[in-house]
Amino acid sequence: MTAQAEIERAEETEAMTVREAIRMGLREELERDEDVYLMGEDVGKFGGVLEVTSGLWEEFGDERVRDTPISEAGFIGAATGAAATGTRPVAELMFSDFMGVSMEQIMNQMAKMRYMFGGKTEMPVTVRTTEGGGMGAASQHSGTVHAWIAHFPGLKAVAPGTAAAAKGLTKAAVRSDDPVFVFENKMIYEQQGEVPTDEEFTVPLGEAAVEREGEDVTVVATQRLVGESLQTADSLADDVSVEVIDVRSLYPLDTETIADSVRKTGRLVVADESPLSYGVHAEIVSRVQEEAFFSLDAPIQRIGTPDTHMPFSPPLEQEVLPDGDDVREAIELIT
Amino acid sequence: MADYTLETEEGRREALRRMLTIREFDSTAGDYFADGEIPGFVHLYIGEEAVGVGACAALEPDDYIASTHRGHGHCIAKGLDPKLMMAELFGKQDGYCNGKGGSMHIADVDSGMLGANGIVGAGPPLATGAALSIDYDDREQVAVGFLGDGAVAQGQVHEAINLAATWDLPAVFVVENNRYGEGTPVEEQHNVDDLSDTAGAYDIPGVTVDGMDVTAVAEAVEEARKRARDGDGPTIVEAETYRYRGHYEGDEQPYRDEDEIEKWKEQDPIDRFSELLVDRGELTEEELKELRDEIEAEIEEAVEYAQDAPLPDPSEAYEDMFAEMPPEIERFASQARADGGSLGGDRR
Ligand SMILES: Cc1ncc(C[n+]2csc(CCOP(=O)(O)OP(=O)(O)O)c2C)c(N)n1
Ligand SMILES: [Mg+2]
Repeated sequence: MTAQAEIERAEETEAMTVREAIRMGLREELERDEDVYLMGEDVGKFGGVLEVTSGLWEEFGDERVRDTPISEAGFIGAATGAAATGTRPVAELMFSDFMGVSMEQIMNQMAKMRYMFGGKTEMPVTVRTTEGGGMGAASQHSGTVHAWIAHFPGLKAVAPGTAAAAKGLTKAAVRSDDPVFVFENKMIYEQQGEVPTDEEFTVPLGEAAVEREGEDVTVVATQRLVGESLQTADSLADDVSVEVIDVRSLYPLDTETIADSVRKTGRLVVADESPLSYGVHAEIVSRVQEEAFFSLDAPIQRIGTPDTHMPFSPPLEQEVLPDGDDVREAIELIT
Repeated sequence: MADYTLETEEGRREALRRMLTIREFDSTAGDYFADGEIPGFVHLYIGEEAVGVGACAALEPDDYIASTHRGHGHCIAKGLDPKLMMAELFGKQDGYCNGKGGSMHIADVDSGMLGANGIVGAGPPLATGAALSIDYDDREQVAVGFLGDGAVAQGQVHEAINLAATWDLPAVFVVENNRYGEGTPVEEQHNVDDLSDTAGAYDIPGVTVDGMDVTAVAEAVEEARKRARDGDGPTIVEAETYRYRGHYEGDEQPYRDEDEIEKWKEQDPIDRFSELLVDRGELTEEELKELRDEIEAEIEEAVEYAQDAPLPDPSEAYEDMFAEMPPEIERFASQARADGGSLGGDRR
């Protein structure tokens, strides 16, 4: 379904930022289900360093909005153990770069318990984290690591590009009985969008959204690059008709929506901030060539970070950070 | 001989100079951050000067330190050049890390400074590693790992101290207990009363000292250094201190009140130490004023240097990933847009 149709179907919408949309999703889920609680570093009184959870501690109290010590291995592990024993923790990893500290519990416990135990345990844990460059935050606070999780069997990963997707995916993640990682890009917290206010609105895991319909070329984008691709598409509208898809769910991935679009346009640009080698781009390209090889009219283009870390100094950061101009250049190259 | 030691009049004056330099450097960095000239985040060390300076006064010049996100004070205490530091904070090519690191990753391995760190608790394992190479090579140095109170809750800190203790490595762990990890008070992060109590788990000495007293810190670290050099392994030195500014610049600090800050300021480490030197007749008020003026001018000069230094060329972004550039990065670099970003495919 196109994103427009999804929004139109909603009875009521409200304009809000991505940050507010995530907070609304969390608040609704905390209200809906007593088994749900939040935990992480400074998510309570402080309101989260990027202010996503601000106000929730005042509303729900210490038990349900829990500040943890600076112990990612411990509290992500505890979230895993808690999820296996009947509660539904939503953990915040302040920056995705800190995921390395907690990786053992993610890879060997969270991802594997259901399978190793012959299906005898549920794993309803949600991990929210923030990714991406653009803030001058340097190499240890700017990484885009969602490909690690999308790659690892047993974990689900979502990465919203709009406010509506941010709310809907957050809620779907909390309701899922599987481990779901929500990758929020820190540069789009202030991005505005129309968001359904219906408490039952969710974005099902595994569904991409066509954000803009077009005929000549498909841009499959994630996170910040969704908005930038839409702007690029608008600016090129006189010359080329660009279809823009927000991937939304990295794993499971909506191959059908992407392949259908490529069958129509014959051209594809994949834009995702991850490092280019061995990642999200490669997966999408592989699936498209498996499903729609004979529809392709031009080589597929990838836009991403050129296998470096995010440097501190602004001219260096701008150099490696992919943006809407890169998308434009790729479109111009193949149309 | 150490760079400076609290045992001589000259050394004490140098310690005071470094504490004053840290304060001036950091308050200036705070101003330029507020103006938008310094990008990213900065975490200031103001209020905690006695810890870094006291600890480094007990070290020899070629000893190692591994620092934290709040690292400017450690750099200055260890003798790094404020000009090159400021240039790094401004993201300039002439900075210590050629603009790639910034405040949170400032490092000068040649001076024994193994880097500030963006990962809480990541310094102690590096200090254990430095102590391992010292031990392996039979060198005369020690390695100091600085960490915050919050970092004591990190698993890798526990592992690092246990390893150093088990192998009797020449390491010292200096816990800067400034009462908070971001907005969370130390009592809400730990069950022990004193963070040095954790030493019992490793069967090594743990001491808690007044971190607003540069002499007390220096004495404790000196003893720890001696023990480390004698082959008896690490010590945990907890210094009780306080940060005057927010966790980072821009922090609105809903978690504490002005009274608490004022109360700690009565213990100001620079006032206490300078008063001590004046009382002992080692320093006159006049000389103290001269020293302050001198440092103010030095930091002003550092800012000018940083402002005038060139920004790195965008092509530098592709350098330093490996000893030699692999073909992947070479290809991305050669196809890079002048204004950033990268295309993965051959442009045919
Ligand atoms: C592994 C990791 N988790 C969380 C953070 C975010 N963070 C940065 S500083 C900080 C507080 C550190 O507290 P403390 O160790 O007491 O040092 P202080 O800031 O008080 O000097 C936190 C939580 C981080 N940088 N790394
Ligand atoms: Mg602290």
